[in-house]
Amino acid sequence: MATPQHRIRNFCIIAHIDHGKSTLADRILEHTGALSQREMTEQFLDKMDLERERGITIKLQAVRLFHKAADGEEYQLNLIDTPGHVDFTYEVSRSLAACEGALLVVDSSQGIEAQTLANVYLALENDLEIIPVINKIDLPSAEPDRVKQEVEDVIGLDTSEAVLASAKTGLGINEILEQVVTKIPPPKGEATAPLQALIFDSHFDAYRGVIAYIRVVQGTLKPGMRIRMMATQKEFEVTEVGVFNPRMTFIDELNTGEVGFVTASMKNVQDVRVGDTITTAQNPALAPLPGYRQVTPMVFCGLYPVDTVDYEDLRDSLDKLKLNDASLIYEPETSDALGFGFRCGFLGLLHMEIIQERLEREYGINLITTAPSVVYRVTTTKGETLEIDNPSNLPPVNNIEKIEEPFVKATVMVPKDFVGTVMELCQGKRGIYSNMEYMGVNRVMLTYDIPLSEIIYDFFDQLKSRTKGYASLDYEMNGYRESDLVKLDILLNGEVLDALSCIVHRERAYTRGRGLCEKLRSLIPRQMFEIPIQATIGNKIIARETVKAMRKDVLAKCYGGDISRKRKLLEKQKEGKKRMKQVGNVEIPQEAFMAVLSIEE
Amino acid sequence: MSVGLYIHVPFCLRKCLYCDFTSYPRQEEQVQLYLQSLTAEMVLYGDRLDARHKSIKTIFVGGGTPTCLRPEYLAGILEQVGKVFSIEQGAEITTEANPGTVNLPALKELRAVGFNRLSLGVQSTHRELLRLIGRIHTFSEARQAVTEARIAGFENINLDLIFGLPTQTAAQWRQSLHEIMALQPEHISCYGLQLEENTPLTKAVEQGQLKPCPEEEELAMYQMARQLLGENGYQHYEISNFAQAGYQCRHNLLYWQNQAYLGLGPAAHSYLNQSRWGNVEGIEEYASLVKQGQRPVAEKTTLTIKEQMEETVFLGLRMLEGVNVESFQQRFGKSLQEIFGKQVSSLTAKGLLEQSFGHLKLTEKALPLANQVFAEFV
Ligand SMILES: Nc1nc2c(ncn2[C@@H]2O[C@H](COP(=O)(O)OP(=O)(O)OP(=O)(O)O)[C@@H](O)[C@H]2O)c(=O)[nH]1
Ligand code: SF4
Ligand SMILES: [Mg+2]
Repeated sequence: MATPQHRIRNFCIIAHIDHGKSTLADRILEHTGALSQREMTEQFLDKMDLERERGITIKLQAVRLFHKAADGEEYQLNLIDTPGHVDFTYEVSRSLAACEGALLVVDSSQGIEAQTLANVYLALENDLEIIPVINKIDLPSAEPDRVKQEVEDVIGLDTSEAVLASAKTGLGINEILEQVVTKIPPPKGEATAPLQALIFDSHFDAYRGVIAYIRVVQGTLKPGMRIRMMATQKEFEVTEVGVFNPRMTFIDELNTGEVGFVTASMKNVQDVRVGDTITTAQNPALAPLPGYRQVTPMVFCGLYPVDTVDYEDLRDSLDKLKLNDASLIYEPETSDALGFGFRCGFLGLLHMEIIQERLEREYGINLITTAPSVVYRVTTTKGETLEIDNPSNLPPVNNIEKIEEPFVKATVMVPKDFVGTVMELCQGKRGIYSNMEYMGVNRVMLTYDIPLSEIIYDFFDQLKSRTKGYASLDYEMNGYRESDLVKLDILLNGEVLDALSCIVHRERAYTRGRGLCEKLRSLIPRQMFEIPIQATIGNKIIARETVKAMRKDVLAKCYGGDISRKRKLLEKQKEGKKRMKQVGNVEIPQEAFMAVLSIEE
Repeated sequence: MSVGLYIHVPFCLRKCLYCDFTSYPRQEEQVQLYLQSLTAEMVLYGDRLDARHKSIKTIFVGGGTPTCLRPEYLAGILEQVGKVFSIEQGAEITTEANPGTVNLPALKELRAVGFNRLSLGVQSTHRELLRLIGRIHTFSEARQAVTEARIAGFENINLDLIFGLPTQTAAQWRQSLHEIMALQPEHISCYGLQLEENTPLTKAVEQGQLKPCPEEEELAMYQMARQLLGENGYQHYEISNFAQAGYQCRHNLLYWQNQAYLGLGPAAHSYLNQSRWGNVEGIEEYASLVKQGQRPVAEKTTLTIKEQMEETVFLGLRMLEGVNVESFQQRFGKSLQEIFGKQVSSLTAKGLLEQSFGHLKLTEKALPLANQVFAEFV
């Protein structure tokens, strides 16, 4: 029994990180009876282990629910929970295209934060109906009135009907659902028109092949139909269609305006592009739906297996991760020090960390990650332009005409008392002031142009610690600017370790070099010989440290023949060694390759 | 093939501050419970072991402090061993002893009942160092114990020393070595202090109340011991052990040659029939298990051939002469080279291993870094 189109509502939940989207989704699942309280776990839609451990949403999740509204009718609600972290804004923007409305969740004890704004602007660009939800009003520090005012002043939304809610206690949930029904328009689209379904996400399943998450914009999709991907022109026969309610459930058809998934023995992920339009082979639509803009990775790093025999495994694992994460890109590279590996591009540091952790945990690969780098644009004296995402590929100084680096437009939202502090920080990070705006009486939005390399270095940590956690940050790419940059090399035992090279601003080079040498000295365990560590720019040594030789490592006593204990100690020692990379004669722990990120300046 | 027998006596008068051996305060009830159970454990093995494993070539009574038990108790233990097992003619029978717990009559009795080797925990010759590590005796007591042991008829005496103690100086160590050699023991063990977790000494170091001995100094003390003892007729034959010709500790050699031994008593370890096992540590638990007729084993592992090979190498390398290449081949039917060729060549290239007289051994340089070498073989 299909829901008539006018009783379908498609919406997503958007907010700044941690403002309570997933918890609100929990309450909605509960309230609509999709899950009993017994089945409920906190942030039910955060399914990945990593999401649960970190308490954050990484991947969007779409579920179908039914709500019996005050008008006596039953409505089909398609809800998409989205991530709040800036690295995953792309997930949000894809979700928006499948919806007519958005619940804008604002934490009533925090107010508007940087990603609140960023996400609300995205929603407005997509012409979504926005329903403000002032969440966490159960907290003693909640200031719903102030926050409502902020939403009015800053975003210009009418908050007279904003729902005061607590995703924790369940307060306001029914009201939210009523507003969803009454305020968000039903999907448009002709049921009889040729099929157009937007792929907003996909997932690879070993048995079913690609599972494409779609929004049917017009027409109908059922098993047995022959479908065509409009971009790739590939054709398949639909095996199953279904929805998550919240468990994977197969249904007879997906109708105009509905959100769900389709499987069609699609073995090849390249054939099923997120943003592509599915139509039928018999009666194809004239044109595809507008897709998504391609996301470009912002940070790059090298991923190398500690043990070279794991190289093929690493490639396979990356291939597999890529199936469910189109934004991950990688290509083979080699390093003198580390051998064969991959240069990988990520949406940000969190994304990088997550991929790295998944490779280690889910695929059991012992990895070395090199320090993240941005993409530099180098103009050579011959007039060529090179994109350099690996510092060790920087051409010799003599061949360089100029180096440009990517800048971002960084938006920092902060209580006004911290404005000075934040400005100081931004300036210290080579930021260029662009704007300052009051948001309500107490809060200020500062906009700076800052080199992306500074953002990925330690900007965010600094921002949080200097503002006692009150500041929030959003950023987006904002072109390239020329900078006075140099390459800093690290020599171990007199040999350049290419994987430790980094590109830094000339004025930073000395402190960075010294810091890096010190850090490495503390990270590299003593070995049977002395290891000099040097930092150089060109041929000039700017810092030097030494890891002293290990003099003694022996167990004196045999505990009444307790050889097992001895064996365990030796095994542990060996295990420790396995986690290290042998470069030349030197054994280097994995953390050392990221050392540059943890230098204190 | 006869075996070695280790008997653990888990009592001490007072816990030394660096000690993490299994030992408990000496309470008479506990002692009685222990003695009964030990007898029962022997009977248990007596029923199970085949004859060749009941033939005993060395006995080592260790602890704890065996000599904090009355000599007749130790005599009783030995007597019981004789009943259940068959002690080979000329077996080496050692007891450890704490200088603060022996006197002439006791030593005479021990000698009379069959103990023929005495291992005295002297540890240091300096009052302040002995106090620092919580030993209950002075050096003059230790000296006296040696004299009395000689009178009692012990012709094979080991003295234990510890170096690398917090505050210990090289000069103190040199003096200790001379003072020890003056007592003319047949055997000397020099152990570098190991700061074991959760001991009071380790805590004091961690809390900064005591400065640990710098590695360079400890290393220098080790070299000093090797040199001085070597010059005076003590052959360095194992990482921590020195002996006059003919007086190497046969029991300990069993460990290093990866031979079979049976351990009795709480926390004792055994290696028999390619299995290693360790007994439970608590006296009560130990007692209740043997009472039920069960072996008081806490954990047991059966070694694969590969593991046996590995252990043969890393234990054998503890001996200065090294692992006998020929014996390895005979024991396993495969050559050491075939199994460990890769490790051997890379460690040889690093100057840590060498071959001589049919043995694979640690180099001079590798001695103080032995674990680095051993770890390559597990
Ligand atoms: N007191 C209170 N806590 C809440 C409420 N809603 C959410 N929380 C808590 O806020 C934290 C973040 O909640 P989530 O639901 O994970 O937030 P999110 O917006 O989904 O976070 P991301 O997906 O990482 O962006 C959790 O510890 C929740 O328990 C609320 O109404 N009241
Ligand atoms: S005498 Fe030996 S076993 Fe007893 S506490 Fe001292 S070191 Fe430990
Ligand atoms: Mg979430």
